[in-house]
Amino acid sequence: MATAPAPLSLSASTLPARLRAAAVPAGARGGQTRRGRMVVRAKIREIFMPALSSTMTEGKIVSWSAAEGDRVNKGDAVVVVESDKADMDVETFHDGIVAAVLVPAGESAPVGAPIALLAESEEEVPLALAKAQELANGQPQQAPPAPAEDAAATPSPPPSPAAAPAPVAAGTKGIASPQAKKLAKQHRVDLAKVTGTGPYGRITPEDVEAAAGIQPKPKPAAVAAASAPVAAPSAAAVPQAAVLPPVPGATVVPFTTMQAAVSKNMVESLAVPTFRVGYPIVTDKLDELYEKVKPKGVTMTVLLAKAAAMALAQHPVVNASCRDGKSFTYNSNINIAVAVAIDGGLITPVLQDADKLDIYLLSQNWKDLVKKARAKQLQPNDYSSGTFTLSNLGMFGVDRFDAILPPGQGAIMAVGASKPTVVADKDGFFSVKSKMLVNVTADHRTVYGADLAAFLQTFAKIIEDPESLTL
Amino acid sequence: MQSTAAASVSASAIASGGGARSEPARRPGGLRVCGLRGESPACPSLRISQAPARLAVARAAAATNGAVAGSGGFDYDLVIIGAGVGGHGAALHAVEEGLKTAIIEGDVVGGTCVNRGCVPSKALLAVSGRMRELHDEHHMKSLGLQVSSTGYDRQAVADHANNLASKIRSNLTNSMKALGVDILTGVGTIVGKQKVRYGKVGFPEKEITARNIIIATGSTPFVPKGIEIDGKTVFTSDHALKLESVPDWIAIVGSGYIGLEFSDVYTALGSEVTFVEALDQLMPGFDPEIAKLAQRVLINPRKIDYHTGVFASKITPAKDGKPVLIELIDAKTKEHKETLEVDAALIATGRAPFTKGLGLENINVVTQRGFVPVDERMRVMDADGNVVPNLYCIGDANGKLMLAHAASAQGISVVEQISGRDHILNHLSIPAACFTHPEISMVGLTEPQAREKADKEGFEISVVKTSFKANTKALAENEGDGIAKLIYRSDTGEILGVHILGLHAADLIHEASNAIALGTRVQDIKFAVHAHPTLSEVLDELFKAAKLQPREVPDSKPSQPPQPLLKVLSFITALLSSPKRDQQR
Repeated sequence: MATAPAPLSLSASTLPARLRAAAVPAGARGGQTRRGRMVVRAKIREIFMPALSSTMTEGKIVSWSAAEGDRVNKGDAVVVVESDKADMDVETFHDGIVAAVLVPAGESAPVGAPIALLAESEEEVPLALAKAQELANGQPQQAPPAPAEDAAATPSPPPSPAAAPAPVAAGTKGIASPQAKKLAKQHRVDLAKVTGTGPYGRITPEDVEAAAGIQPKPKPAAVAAASAPVAAPSAAAVPQAAVLPPVPGATVVPFTTMQAAVSKNMVESLAVPTFRVGYPIVTDKLDELYEKVKPKGVTMTVLLAKAAAMALAQHPVVNASCRDGKSFTYNSNINIAVAVAIDGGLITPVLQDADKLDIYLLSQNWKDLVKKARAKQLQPNDYSSGTFTLSNLGMFGVDRFDAILPPGQGAIMAVGASKPTVVADKDGFFSVKSKMLVNVTADHRTVYGADLAAFLQTFAKIIEDPESLTL
Repeated sequence: MQSTAAASVSASAIASGGGARSEPARRPGGLRVCGLRGESPACPSLRISQAPARLAVARAAAATNGAVAGSGGFDYDLVIIGAGVGGHGAALHAVEEGLKTAIIEGDVVGGTCVNRGCVPSKALLAVSGRMRELHDEHHMKSLGLQVSSTGYDRQAVADHANNLASKIRSNLTNSMKALGVDILTGVGTIVGKQKVRYGKVGFPEKEITARNIIIATGSTPFVPKGIEIDGKTVFTSDHALKLESVPDWIAIVGSGYIGLEFSDVYTALGSEVTFVEALDQLMPGFDPEIAKLAQRVLINPRKIDYHTGVFASKITPAKDGKPVLIELIDAKTKEHKETLEVDAALIATGRAPFTKGLGLENINVVTQRGFVPVDERMRVMDADGNVVPNLYCIGDANGKLMLAHAASAQGISVVEQISGRDHILNHLSIPAACFTHPEISMVGLTEPQAREKADKEGFEISVVKTSFKANTKALAENEGDGIAKLIYRSDTGEILGVHILGLHAADLIHEASNAIALGTRVQDIKFAVHAHPTLSEVLDELFKAAKLQPREVPDSKPSQPPQPLLKVLSFITALLSSPKRDQQR
């Protein structure tokens, strides 16, 4: 292997014989990667480890063709770099004097790291040497001069909550799997600071990625899309949220499972053609009824759910859904999903058969559901069997809002606050009545404007004459 | 599958085989085809005229083997101990030669290769190759394919390997039965000259006599001391091929063929791999340049790390809530370096000959590290260095070249000899392959070996290389990674070695190995035509790139005209090595 340094000359025609090293004036090195820590310096350029292939993360210096003090011209080969694929001559973009070699032959450096300094003239050589010194000193203690990902990683310590189950066996500390080590090197993560969550407290590739603030690869998304065949044809067309460049200094908190599910559903909803219809409803009588049944444990949510269910019974198409883009699926039950904000997320417990059960039974069920939701013990059937969703933000004083239709349902009702409003009746008499605005979002493939309007009319009648709710 | 020890073993084979090898090549053109069989010049014509007669004998033997007593009062003309690939190859050829043949199998027909080696591993590698392709989004995308999700069913993969082994095993058994080879079950022991006893527990032992005996008992995985095998978390290839689990993290001790192939399987199925290699470099048996590229293609981009220059001095299986512990010591200083904690460890440190209980002591034969000593004709040598008459040893048991097809070739060579035709197998023409993705294959000498030989024998070598990146078919498949490398004598054009890393390398090597076996030189083979576009053009380009040393033309050195004697010599050399020489005849 004594002859190893000779660059592979297999086929000059197919391998680019020489790659150009990106040597950029230190002060001008642009973009987001180094913004902020740049000090404009005169005419000292860094020669960086080039990316010789799409998969290369670091390169090994096989040999320096130019020694410190050599004058090089633009296009001269200065260094032979061994990448994951081949040995290649790397040439410089600029004329100058090789002032300092930062990475000697035989050592490796990550792609983008400075490997030598190029001074434009003799006078600048000492300056460059000083800079080299500075770089050399800076390296060990400070957080490594950061490629983009690190910017996010360094300020935010690895998420500590996961650290709770401290590895019992002290001896296992610091053991990292091969891929974890590779990733740590690539992203410059100090393995000593990573808490392993793998078997025997081992550091897994995921741990390193979390520490580096990298979101899991888009792979799971692809799998998820495939595992939801219902939405597949359209979901595939939905652009996966493009990954934006990380924001320096920002803290990145990965989605919890629930948040990921919400995110997925919301993105999928973009594939459904929806429209919205609003309706004002006078609630004085409902409020009266509410005051009466409140002591019996009935909540406003249940009253609204019951009213919606009764209206749906008369307008089954609003309770239907379009699952394949070709047909109506009429549900045999009317199950009202009610959006509930819980810590760090949103869940929709379902009141099953809301049209059939009376408000007292529904209230009992609702109490149980809320209890389960808080304890995160809801069973899939408890939150995924809804045929119609009710979302009420009235308690916050919101007067109207617009809900996103969850996949698999035909319509969702957004209920605003009930507010005293001056109302003119048909005889022209003014009075002050409590009025709320409801706004229904529906899938226009199955529910048409008139259907929705008729449903809302029925719903309004029930609310405005709520005695039937107690039957 | 072959041991890591193969490199050193084959080095010894080179020394012994070297002299005989060049002989066939030198023979006049008309007889060259016979070079493969290494016959004495007198034989060919005789052989051709005899062929139909012998075929008839073979048929007769096939129909009536068992009834017809072996000649000279022996029960059999040939008894083979061990029904692996070597024994099978020998048996088939023996029947073809009209010999009354029996094969003794103490375990299962097919031996290591079919049951615990090359065959089931190819099934696993077929799976890993596809998994790799499907997982390589970039690759798929560049072909315009979309794959949403991939997964595998471990048991189904394991079943595939197992089914393949059963199928090949029954094929092998049937082929021998159909030809009339007697398959005797039991452990064979040599009890004396031309006498074998066999039997299994619970059955009376039988003794048979044979004019000739071939030992073909093969090998078992070698487990260095200090390593405790439990078959679950610390195991050898025997267990690994059953694929009873796919550990998250597996250490593979030994980075030869076996280790490398398993690393391909395990990483494709999602494991992370740590290699433990005693030598300073991974893949020590390979040509260094090929090993370097293999590391770039097969190791670095995968979830693999490695420790070189270390021994695994102690390996403890996972138990009592502890993972598998591997103690590493420096290979030179023997100092403790590190303790690895992994989920499993595969011991792939080579294979040890399986020669115990053969009764070799009855005939004054002493094994060397378990290997049966043989000469270049596979004749067993006794403790005094004399040939034991009528006793041969082939395959892993003699350790010359631990490859299934080498065993078979040695068996055929032995049958040739006992049929009255002297034959010496040229081990340098036996190809070897490692079925990773992409594959690695080789035949003949590595570059350092060739340089050493050239220095010793005073000739010059040349090396040419071609890249798969320049091959149309490889590019169509989007598999441009790989090189082919040819090492040849600069003066005569003799092919010394060919090494390939790239798509279907294992299938491509045979053009080169046949050329070596037949003594075809680069200046001749370069005129052979290859279909376009095929991967075989990688070799075509390789042969065409080879240039011979220009003949010394006196005019080229006007300042120092050669002496008359030299002139004559160079003329003769030129004449001998001229490509036109054969064409003129």
